[in-house]
Amino acid sequence: MDTIVCIKQVPAKDAPLAIAGNWINESDIGFEMNEPDSYALEEALQLKEKHGGKVVALSLGPECVKPTIHEALAKGADRGIHIADDHFAQLDPLGAAKVLAAVIAKEKYDLVLTGLQSDDRGFGQTGVLLAGLLNLPHATIIMQIDVQDGEMKLKRELEAGWFQWIECPLPAVLSIQSGINKVRYATMRGIIAAKKKQILTVAKESLGVTVEPTQKIEKIYVPTKTKKTEFLTGTPKEMAAKLVQKLKVERRVI
Amino acid sequence: MKILVIAEQRQGKWNNTSFETLVAAQQIAAATSGTVSAAVVGKSVAALAEELATKDVAEVLLVEHELLESYTPDGYCTGLKQVIEAATPDLVLFPHTYQVRDFAPTLAAMLGKGMVGDCVGFRNEGGKLVFVRQMFQGKTAADVTFTGAAPWFASFQSGAFRADLLTAHRSGKAPVNAAKVELKAEDIRTKPLEMFQEAKSAVDLTQAPVIVAIGRGIKAAENIVQAEALAKALGGEIAATRPICDEGWLPLERQIGSSGQTVAPKLYLALGISGAIQHVVGMKGSRTIVAVNKDQHAPIFEIADYGIVADIFEVMPALTAELQKTKG
Repeated sequence: MDTIVCIKQVPAKDAPLAIAGNWINESDIGFEMNEPDSYALEEALQLKEKHGGKVVALSLGPECVKPTIHEALAKGADRGIHIADDHFAQLDPLGAAKVLAAVIAKEKYDLVLTGLQSDDRGFGQTGVLLAGLLNLPHATIIMQIDVQDGEMKLKRELEAGWFQWIECPLPAVLSIQSGINKVRYATMRGIIAAKKKQILTVAKESLGVTVEPTQKIEKIYVPTKTKKTEFLTGTPKEMAAKLVQKLKVERRVI
Repeated sequence: MKILVIAEQRQGKWNNTSFETLVAAQQIAAATSGTVSAAVVGKSVAALAEELATKDVAEVLLVEHELLESYTPDGYCTGLKQVIEAATPDLVLFPHTYQVRDFAPTLAAMLGKGMVGDCVGFRNEGGKLVFVRQMFQGKTAADVTFTGAAPWFASFQSGAFRADLLTAHRSGKAPVNAAKVELKAEDIRTKPLEMFQEAKSAVDLTQAPVIVAIGRGIKAAENIVQAEALAKALGGEIAATRPICDEGWLPLERQIGSSGQTVAPKLYLALGISGAIQHVVGMKGSRTIVAVNKDQHAPIFEIADYGIVADIFEVMPALTAELQKTKG
């Protein structure tokens, strides 16, 4: 069971976002592995432990995504591929998927995994688009993977607490739902072992992929408020008293 | 502008976000002197098509096929590609459901197009359509435009438009036309099996008048008891965002958001919740929303009636004590 996991690096959850045109100023903030992708990586590692095979961590972005690939290697991925692109933030979902697909197509694999969506742009399209571009079957929002006789039985999450089992042949592309597993931490031994693992760097330009943007983010901005929020101030005790008063008298909800 | 809305049904029941998307389509049509058509996909769904035809639409496309009885991404992509090629719309709109997320980007790509998903609004700027969507978990909004030729593909988030604004057909009924699609069994590579719910939940959050919800700000499982004490003092139920349930700190049945319950209590108290879109869609209909968060820029404050910028570990005990005091 050879698996390629697509991993994105995103601004850290608590990073202050300084908006700059249609993106953010990346110079002073921390970055981390996109949390939904960490569940996809964990699932790939667990499938390897059950069925054998190799796990490749694939990431697209500027030089700074390398520590994220290293983190995947330290957790147990066998090797990494970095597609170097300094202008990654300007690629649209289809463009990013085309670049990833060009590299995946040259690899040997049974399964491609992605997280459900990224915590920055949140399009949630990469896995679905990869399947189309690689002409593979796919399924999204996956909560369980059972592999038997070259086929998968998948538990797919629907809305409002419903689930569905589906059968899917291999090879395939799956988007993994967050919470499918418990994500492991890298051990000291894993961190040391990762130093000997290989990261192949591929320049995006060398792939010969023509990427015509289909959409453009014109600008990003702090959303305009739709509701007038009344902020309460004072000590915790004073704020608590004010809130209870307002909920009782003005709102009559308690 | 010719707009085609792909309405969503499952086992003969509408996904109600379909009607909100129809409202979005009607508003875009009004802003661009356009027309709205709607398509319903399935097997034996003529009655649903007739229902759509009573709305203010130019035409309803009935997309029926044996192989479209159960949803599969291959069946929907192959079928709807033919429908779109025949109908030649400029803009194809979807409700942003789990099902749409599963196939619509591929459908667009099969036609060489991109898709702007999960939109919350639109603007017409001098003839150019601008779609508004959230980024960075709701901390920012983004204006997105399409480049290149139509058709364009977009989906609208649940709750972005009000379904009750949907206007009826002016002269009774729009024509329902069958759209011919050719599908072969071997086109469909995945096989859907049974749908099921996990163990029936013991608690029905949709009926709770007061909900105290916790997010990542609760920090550790052992701190939940403080929120539970507050919930008890308010006579409410405890609930949480997805990450809390993913950690196993509260059961999944207490999760609010797109993958959990959708609630609209008279009072929703959000503790240490940043306000990511996936959570907000499940609670923004609440009558009164109180948010406590130490980050004054947390997006939850955008929908809160009352905001407290402070450490939840100071506010929770103070509020519990105040409620116990006023109860006497």
